[in-house]
Amino acid sequence: MALDAATIEKLIKAGLPDARITIAALADDNDHWSARVISASFKGKSRVQQHQMVYRALGSRMGNELHALALQTGVPEE
Amino acid sequence: MSNAPTTTAAADRIKREISDNPVLLYMKGTPVFPQCGFSARVVQILTTLGVKFKGIDVLADPDIRQGVKDFSNWPTIPQLYVKGEFVGGCDIVSEMFESGELKKVLADKGVPTRA
Repeated sequence: MALDAATIEKLIKAGLPDARITIAALADDNDHWSARVISASFKGKSRVQQHQMVYRALGSRMGNELHALALQTGVPEE
Repeated sequence: MSNAPTTTAAADRIKREISDNPVLLYMKGTPVFPQCGFSARVVQILTTLGVKFKGIDVLADPDIRQGVKDFSNWPTIPQLYVKGEFVGGCDIVSEMFESGELKKVLADKGVPTRA
């Protein structure tokens, strides 16, 4: 079972309500996505921690139904 | 795909591998024959930097495949460890390589790279 872009966005948004999320398809298979997630809650966190926060929002889906999600995270520019 | 908890044996093996190998990559496939584009990308980066590393194929061992995800609280493979520390997966390693940060981290940790 693959996840569609809207579901991925909804899940990330539920975990990181302030996030600005841009999702693009890496392949035309509804299974390989890239997401750019910008959130103030990433402030002061390492990249590993920022990605872990997104993964937490996605729960057990990451690596299972959601096979591939290329992630880029950052904090909003002031 | 199994989400069974990590066996103690697998967790012990992961800890030992991470402490025994200065640069360690858990990956799908082998450095010579990666079986996933994300793993291949990290192998390519390490090769470009001239870093000597050990690759461990998680496809060969389901216990290690799940164990390493639990160990680092990171749901995907590949995973790069330098001097016992989890550096990141494909996206972070790529970003750090492109910014020059990866080379600096390796140098700071005393891992030789090609000039």
